Amino acid sequence: MTDAILEVEGLRKNFGEATAVRDVSFSLPPAGALAIVGESGSGKTTVARMIVGLERPTAGRVTACGRDRSQPARSARERRDRGGQVQIVFQDPYSSLDPRQSPAAAVEEVLRLHTRLDRGRRRARVAELADLVGLDERQMAALPSRLSGGQRQRVAIARALAAEPRILILDESVAALDVSIQAQVLNVLADVRERTGVAYLFISHDLAVVRQVTDDVVVMRHGAIVERGPTDRVLDAPEHPYTQLLRASVPRPGWQVPKTR
Amino acid sequence: MTAITALLGSSRPNRWGPLGTTAAIVILAAVALSVLGPALSSADPNASDFASAYAAPGAGHPLGYDGQGRDLLARLLTGSRTSLLGPLWVVALSMAAGTIIAIAAAWVGGWLDSVVSAALDVVFAFPGVLLAMLVAAVFGPGLSAAVLALSVAYVPYIARLLRSAALAERRKAYVQALEVQGLGAVAICLRHLVPNLIPLIAAQATLFFGYAMVDLAIVSYFGLGVQPPDADWGVMVAGGQSGVLQGYPAESLLAGGCIVVLVVAFNVLGERLSDGSGQGGTFGPSRWWRPRRGGAA
Repeated sequence: MTDAILEVEGLRKNFGEATAVRDVSFSLPPAGALAIVGESGSGKTTVARMIVGLERPTAGRVTACGRDRSQPARSARERRDRGGQVQIVFQDPYSSLDPRQSPAAAVEEVLRLHTRLDRGRRRARVAELADLVGLDERQMAALPSRLSGGQRQRVAIARALAAEPRILILDESVAALDVSIQAQVLNVLADVRERTGVAYLFISHDLAVVRQVTDDVVVMRHGAIVERGPTDRVLDAPEHPYTQLLRASVPRPGWQVPKTR
Repeated sequence: MTAITALLGSSRPNRWGPLGTTAAIVILAAVALSVLGPALSSADPNASDFASAYAAPGAGHPLGYDGQGRDLLARLLTGSRTSLLGPLWVVALSMAAGTIIAIAAAWVGGWLDSVVSAALDVVFAFPGVLLAMLVAAVFGPGLSAAVLALSVAYVPYIARLLRSAALAERRKAYVQALEVQGLGAVAICLRHLVPNLIPLIAAQATLFFGYAMVDLAIVSYFGLGVQPPDADWGVMVAGGQSGVLQGYPAESLLAGGCIVVLVVAFNVLGERLSDGSGQGGTFGPSRWWRPRRGGAA
């Protein structure tokens, strides 16, 4: 697939003796939505961190927008360019914002970095992004300590989108939110994808959320991919025993704890 | 400087409690007195008049005279300037160096972190006062030699605490988000990391101001810091010793009292600030009046 916007080939990461990720390959089409599911410790977050450059792959290649990013950026310009290609929203809404910076200032800082807009236009763009994620002017001017988890997560999404990335990685970004807020944020995400054509890499252990947001899914276990395919197919008729177990682990009426082996 | 900004800049002095507020007022009063010094006493602090040696307080000379017939109030006020400016320099220099070293080590990590930690351990081995006296003995006595030596001796205490705080901050998601955005390391440190460490830096600066004051007074007492006839509280404690033997303890007691009051005030305020800074126990050289609490945070 040469038209993929994100291509991951043979990715591997060793932490000392332990192998966190082994031989992971997948690709994401432009404006696509791919989920990585798996239990805690399956290596999904490490994959995300390697894609954005926070961890260095032991082996393998990451290509985004046709440019290799397996090695650290050599220049300030390249670093900035990479920031404009792939952005990430982390799991923890409480540490994801600078406690001394208002959301408006945080988003504006990103705009200053990535665009040549003047002050007035930056301000207009901040308002536009706030509107996109559903935050009002008062919330954008408040300090993060006055915002709820859901509001902070929406700020983090707005900040990531300010760089106008082609790919947005959501690393358990809605897992820490309660169900109604989760639904709001998911709606925002679906809306944003429709309006901006950004591609999502959606990392989650929540199969209901994955089904709602993504087209394709890869299932990871112990650092390797065990199953992949269209989301509906994989979740409705899982082939790999591990995927079947994951699916059977979702509580529903009359549900009993599934037997592991 | 940081200590003073922290004092003036905080909008909620109440969280310091009555003791902390009192300490802040004492410090502010001392600063005001040393700034206004000449306006409060018209006498020349260095003019001796042997006829009035150890003379009792009188009109225009509310604290009387020292053994060389110099006006005590004028000397205390002038001495407050060197006694406050010395520690200010020590704090400014050691805080600046400590912060830069700590953040560089925490950010770059790896070999730089190991080298810095090893170097700090070496400097740890030298007590500040001893290092200051050594430097003064080699390069000649004077305030600047003592200030420089003490600054170097304090750096490891400051750098070690700030390094662990900077490491914790660096691992937070907002810093990593900025890295992913492509913002440069220096910009992230200056605009985000340092501002978030300011409460801790201010608390440490205040605490170390007190330490520096005692250490500089000790160095001056031994004749290796500020040189007579210039007024300095440490010099005055030493100079008043002969008076103590002759039954005129005023000079030593007044100068020593000023040091004790201010050092206690800086310690109390430093503790209050660090309690409010959200970081663990403060960390400094253990002192006979203040056994170390908590250890390395």
